Amino acid sequence: MSEATGGGLKSWLTTTDHKRIGLLYFWTAFAFFLVGGVEALVIRLQLAHPDGHLVGAETYNQLFTMHGTTMIFLALMPLGSSFFNYIVPLQIGARDVAFPRLNAFSYWVFLFGGLLLNASWFAGPLFHAGVLNVAPDAGWFGYANLTERQYSPGPNIDFWLLGLQILGISSLAAGFNFVVTILNLRAPGLKMMRLPTFSWMTLVTNFLIITAFPVITVGLLFLMFDRFFGTHFYVREAGATPVLWQHLFWLFGHPEVYILILPAMGIVSDVLPTFSRKPLFGYTVVVYSGILIGFMGWGVWSHHMFSVGLGPIADSVFAATTMLIAVPTGVKIFNWIATLWGGDIRGTTALHFAVGFIAMFIIGGLSGVSHASPPADLQQTDSYYVVAHIHYVFFGGTIFGLFAGIYYWWPKMTGRLLDETLGKVHFWLQFIGMNLAFFPMHFIGLLGMPRRVYTYSPDLGVSDLNLVSTIGALLIGLSILILVANLWRSRTHGAPASNDPWGGATLEWGIPSPPPPYNFSVIPTVESRLPRWRTERHGPMKDPPARPPAPIHMPGGSWWPIVAAFGLPVMALAPLTHTLWVVFVGAAILLFGIYRWAFEPFEV
Amino acid sequence: MPRLRFWLLTAALTISGCGGPYPQSTLHPRSDFGRAVDHLFTDIFWWAAGVFVVVEALLVIVLIRFRHREGRPAPKPTHGHTVLEIAWTLAPAVILVFVAVPTVRTIFATAGDAPADALRVEVTGHQWWWEYKYPDLGITTANEMHVPVGRPVQVAITSADVIHSFWAPALGGKRDAIPGHVNRIAFRADAVGDYSGQCAEFCGASHANMRLRVLVDADSVFQAWVKTEQGGPAAPATGSLAARGKEVFLHSPCLACHTIQGVSPGVIGPNLTHVGSRGTIAGAIFPNDSAHLASWIADAPSLKPGSLMTRMKPPLTDPDIAALVAYLQSLK
Ligand code: HEC
Ligand code: HEM
Ligand SMILES: [Cu+2]
Ligand SMILES: [Cu+2]
Repeated sequence: MSEATGGGLKSWLTTTDHKRIGLLYFWTAFAFFLVGGVEALVIRLQLAHPDGHLVGAETYNQLFTMHGTTMIFLALMPLGSSFFNYIVPLQIGARDVAFPRLNAFSYWVFLFGGLLLNASWFAGPLFHAGVLNVAPDAGWFGYANLTERQYSPGPNIDFWLLGLQILGISSLAAGFNFVVTILNLRAPGLKMMRLPTFSWMTLVTNFLIITAFPVITVGLLFLMFDRFFGTHFYVREAGATPVLWQHLFWLFGHPEVYILILPAMGIVSDVLPTFSRKPLFGYTVVVYSGILIGFMGWGVWSHHMFSVGLGPIADSVFAATTMLIAVPTGVKIFNWIATLWGGDIRGTTALHFAVGFIAMFIIGGLSGVSHASPPADLQQTDSYYVVAHIHYVFFGGTIFGLFAGIYYWWPKMTGRLLDETLGKVHFWLQFIGMNLAFFPMHFIGLLGMPRRVYTYSPDLGVSDLNLVSTIGALLIGLSILILVANLWRSRTHGAPASNDPWGGATLEWGIPSPPPPYNFSVIPTVESRLPRWRTERHGPMKDPPARPPAPIHMPGGSWWPIVAAFGLPVMALAPLTHTLWVVFVGAAILLFGIYRWAFEPFEV
Repeated sequence: MPRLRFWLLTAALTISGCGGPYPQSTLHPRSDFGRAVDHLFTDIFWWAAGVFVVVEALLVIVLIRFRHREGRPAPKPTHGHTVLEIAWTLAPAVILVFVAVPTVRTIFATAGDAPADALRVEVTGHQWWWEYKYPDLGITTANEMHVPVGRPVQVAITSADVIHSFWAPALGGKRDAIPGHVNRIAFRADAVGDYSGQCAEFCGASHANMRLRVLVDADSVFQAWVKTEQGGPAAPATGSLAARGKEVFLHSPCLACHTIQGVSPGVIGPNLTHVGSRGTIAGAIFPNDSAHLASWIADAPSLKPGSLMTRMKPPLTDPDIAALVAYLQSLK
């Protein structure tokens, strides 16, 4: 107990408390979000005018690759994880996740993987590359055979594939952890169909993670063998085909986009009821459509490959499945609007972001349907039109949803309220900024500008639209600074939060903000879907007492997760530097960590 | 309807201060393939616009009507409504059927098969330029494709190295150029013109500089072009600067990479037999004039990042470059 509650660096390095790990995830992911954002701003400044000269082709290609990779794997996924960590155990009435040390391991592996990827910005001298930055430069989708050693001889792609392998380990470990946690650690009476929507979507997301990440792991292993050991998984000359990579990547990649959107949908489904004081309309439909999306997400991957030439039959089938998946996605929108209908809507910042999510996600969904039609997509794919789509779903969708989560749960996580005025300024700036930045991209794409280009010709007639887009990006940058200021300010100046500043219905609002290490002084018994609200058949439940009736002993911290995690980047140094013995050092660290971890006495 | 959408878009563009023309626009189709795709997109656009207006309006109305007011009674805790929920599941499904049917029809209609008498062109993507071969005419050229107006064209697309994507928006959708695969598109151009396009699949350092042109010629112009291309390279007049340029060419690494019919056999770079008759060079990014040719020959990678035409070692002297330029320009 001592280590779990004390301050100091050591307590953070060894923590196994899901709340602390949630905060670690939050700040780390937020820092990577800022890095990815700066990369985006450089990209937009380069494209503000035709024939831009701010950066050269090589640097630009590294920037857009790292921007995409960072935002997806180092910012949005782990921001989601920070809420899985912090909020899910509270929502299900648990004292911690199922495997607290594995949870710490996941976090450290994520941190080391992210640092390794970003080290490539400075690692040039190590490889006598003649330049400082040797960051990955073949796109977040890393299409073979461009990524083969023949066409990408430098360490850039090595950083990418090793970094992603490491991050995959983190995601998989966390994925198993949350599935087990949600299935096994629910409070008495919290049946599956009483689970808060956010916890439900977390469950679906983590099932998707444990099924989708093995696919990209296999794809990356093939690539690794091709690059380091001269195999020919993607080499045309040896009778293989680079298209295999595209199948593996998108078989992972499409579930991955749902991994990114489902948590946000879960957040919105929790925030809207709280601030309209009405239960979620059609809870069952929202939950089942989430599950359905999880299944159907596996049958649509080739919609990313309509220009590959898979033939009219395959194209028709994947068009049909893709249009089909738009149905459960669209249904949720109606359920959210119906939740607001007849409510008593309080316009908090969290609600602003949740509504912004709906408004923007509609646009992304509709452009999605327009490229679900293969012939139409032949004009759209790999153009800025798709860039508009992905930003309406990722930025308008995932980020608005996650930010709703920040404004909603920050008081619970830190005990301080965020400033609502600053919050609304942040919202409106970001809302205007994102539409200025991304709406013109629809036109830019339809007027023929491809994506992933470091420069374009003034003849295309898209210069002004690009300038508008850059101005929008700068506004977004400003809005994020306001968020940073608000978060920072709340540490000292934020109004102290009560247990339940919003009148929430779910268990996390019945305990102190921030919660004590043991979360619940007494594990609650749940009798309805909205336990803290009065419903037709149930009165509101009694919150747990402020003091535990008997002392609660929480397991202390452990050094072994961070030690074991450290072995992985060390192992990755071996292929990076082509030094065999290093891999044994890394493996020894990993095994030593796991061994000590396995034999660590349970109670410290 | 397509008119209206066009005006909506144009209005949006005008408000944003953009003038035309848009040489790479997907909204100004100039072939049967392009028009088929555009019709389909127009259909989808209107469905999407309708849904957009209805749903966003609903959202705004709800927000205004049910915003918090002092003294409002506690909302009724409705949990759902089966009929409503079935209705709004079916509504998008029905709309999607209206999208799916023309989609499948267009997929098969644009699957890439031209009539047997079509002009055949083989496109090969290279880092970072395009090679065009006309197998029935015995022509090889680069970056600028010529086709006759009104006649069906069958394009077969592949790659010599990494994956590229051939895209000339006015003439139709893009198709990937994949090593070891042959993809096909077919189109019949409606109008004479100079249509620009570019590689659409990220293919390395100079992906942005892998552009192209498709010149749709009147039949007589096309036949004349075929005649010149089928002939051998122009022979420079003895004693001219161009003749000296040919000597330089023969004694420098150029010949290892470039074909000039009857002069050199290289196949790494574009065929230069008639380079003088092209309007642009280097993936259609520079005009084909003396200044650009000279700086290109002197140091291609500094003009085009990563270019596989490396700097010559030892470097060529300025007089040699001038002679080479004269020679290349004479190759009409
Ligand atoms: C190492 C092989 C190589 C050598 C040697 C070489 N080139 Fe090239 N050349 C290329 C490649 C590859 C391209 C296409 C580059 C691009 O567009 O990115 C090219 C393009 C060109 C072009 C532009 C053609 C067009 O239509 O776009 C010209 C002109 C040219 N080279 C002239 C020369 C001359 C003159 C020499 C000798 C001084 C020479 N090249 C030597 C490989 C070579
Ligand atoms: C109505 C639902 C949706 C449909 C019908 C849809 C359809 C599509 C299609 C067909 C593509 C391929 C476009 C192309 O490359 O030409 C695409 C790309 C993409 N979609 Fe969606 N989409 C939907 C929702 C989402 C959601 C929810 C997300 C994630 C939050 C998402 C993220 C992406 C991304 C990232 C890409 C581009 C990947 C890349 O090429 O880098 N989409 N979508
Ligand atoms: Cu997808
Ligand atoms: Cu390209």
